[in-house]
Amino acid sequence: MRWINQRPSKGAQVVLACLPFVLLGLAYLIGSAVRLADNPADKLLPSLQSMGRMIEVMALTPDKRTGDYLLWSDTYASLGRLWAGLGIATALALLLGLVIGVLPVARAVLSPFVAFVSMVPPLALLPILFIVLGLGEVSKIALIVIGVAPILARDLSLAALALPREQIVKAETLSASTWLIAIRVVLPQIMPRLIDSLRLQLGPAFLFLIAAEAISSDSGLGYRIFLVRRYLSMDVIFPYVIWITLLAVVMDLGLRVLRRRLYPWTELEGAR
Amino acid sequence: MSGLTIQNVWKEYGDQVVLENISLSIAPRSFVALVGPSGCGKTTFLRMLLGQEVPTRGRIDWDGTALPPEPGPERGVVYQRYSVFPHLTVLQNVMMGPEMRQAPLVGRVFGPARRKLADEARAMLTEVGLSGAEAKYPAQLSGGMQQRLALAQALMMRPRILLLDEPFGALDPGIRAEIHTLMRRLWNELPMTVVMVTHDLREAFTLATRIIAFDRTRNRPEERLRYGATITKDIAIWPPRRAGAQTLYDADIPPSQDDLTAFGLTSGTTRLPDGDIPDDATYPPHG
Repeated sequence: MRWINQRPSKGAQVVLACLPFVLLGLAYLIGSAVRLADNPADKLLPSLQSMGRMIEVMALTPDKRTGDYLLWSDTYASLGRLWAGLGIATALALLLGLVIGVLPVARAVLSPFVAFVSMVPPLALLPILFIVLGLGEVSKIALIVIGVAPILARDLSLAALALPREQIVKAETLSASTWLIAIRVVLPQIMPRLIDSLRLQLGPAFLFLIAAEAISSDSGLGYRIFLVRRYLSMDVIFPYVIWITLLAVVMDLGLRVLRRRLYPWTELEGAR
Repeated sequence: MSGLTIQNVWKEYGDQVVLENISLSIAPRSFVALVGPSGCGKTTFLRMLLGQEVPTRGRIDWDGTALPPEPGPERGVVYQRYSVFPHLTVLQNVMMGPEMRQAPLVGRVFGPARRKLADEARAMLTEVGLSGAEAKYPAQLSGGMQQRLALAQALMMRPRILLLDEPFGALDPGIRAEIHTLMRRLWNELPMTVVMVTHDLREAFTLATRIIAFDRTRNRPEERLRYGATITKDIAIWPPRRAGAQTLYDADIPPSQDDLTAFGLTSGTTRLPDGDIPDDATYPPHG
């Protein structure tokens, strides 16, 4: 049989999905063991035991200086910034995307501008943000908003424009005003796309967050890994990276479940 | 002048003339079928009646006053596809129109008004044969049921003109016959004028009171751009059909009985009464 027609069974799928993770773990363990056998003080690929010790120090032991549990206070600070940024970006993008998608005049005014702004590399704006908004929370949140909002807005306006013209005309024959078409026809149909788009933007949002924290901060996940980098503390950096990844994965799954719960019609065969 | 009056209407897109010099009066309560080859402007004409497109020249009046230049609740529409909202259940789809009319600010009604509206919507769904499907989403319905839903949704607004753009073109023949029966009943019962674009001549002759054929009168390659289509045939059905009145041959025969073989008449059909293949038959037949 051709390869294109060979499908794994359910059980095989689970095994195959785990395979890359297991391989990566094994490769690390072997590499770590080889290096440590050579030089017990090696810092590059620390053993699981030393990572476990550092996780205990970071997550379960209060910091001597501040009395905080560092992993949790870092997570709290970072997620606060991330969610504030994503929240503002989402609200802004929804408004812009809806207006651009629904009103031809607004589209003429805003669409080229938003397309232009979305091409500005956000990290290049970071120095400007630090200078104008200071080194506090505002500039970090602003970076996430500037990085995420234009792309979300463009995606949403495209989704709104992709709705069949027939639906809009149909709504007009059902006595809908422009406002009612926006809130009862277009908005509910672009919300699922907003959630999916947001899932895709989680990666960039984390990138902007960690970049901003690395440069100027006194707490946060990005701040911590760039701080301990000076001591080559791979035993802290590895667990932090895995933790950040897990946070992003959980948020991604959460958004997916949210979309299914709120918009069950998107899961149906034949619905767009 | 009552009814629809179309006077010297032209439609051009840039240099391309699509329709030229269409003049037509449509009496109230007519059922007009627009037929013609693909790309001859039937749908463009329907869209102008709807207000989705504006004529380049000429005017379209209803009862002596110009039709509004944008779609509104006085004109209902059912398209071949995309006529219902995929994010609303069947019941919500049908309630959508009256809801938006009653609540221009939020587009939703609540409490007793909502219950009353839901009852009306259920009655309409029963009328079109969709009772029991209230909680489903359109994607869970078959093509025929989706078109029934689109009809119900449009009829909730009590439009004076109902415009149909190949509404039953994608349905298979059995389902189409059923929905024809429904369509004829609705047209008989409700005070509306119907204009329908169709490719199916049989459908046109089954339903309409009048058939208007569009075609290009000049079709040489060098003429295609500058000459549009116009009305080439205007056929009144005989004996005349009248809304609300039974005509000679409109007795609705259920599709299950619309088959000569069911009555044992084998003449005029290649099918055999009980489906048996005779022993001496050879397939495929030779000669």
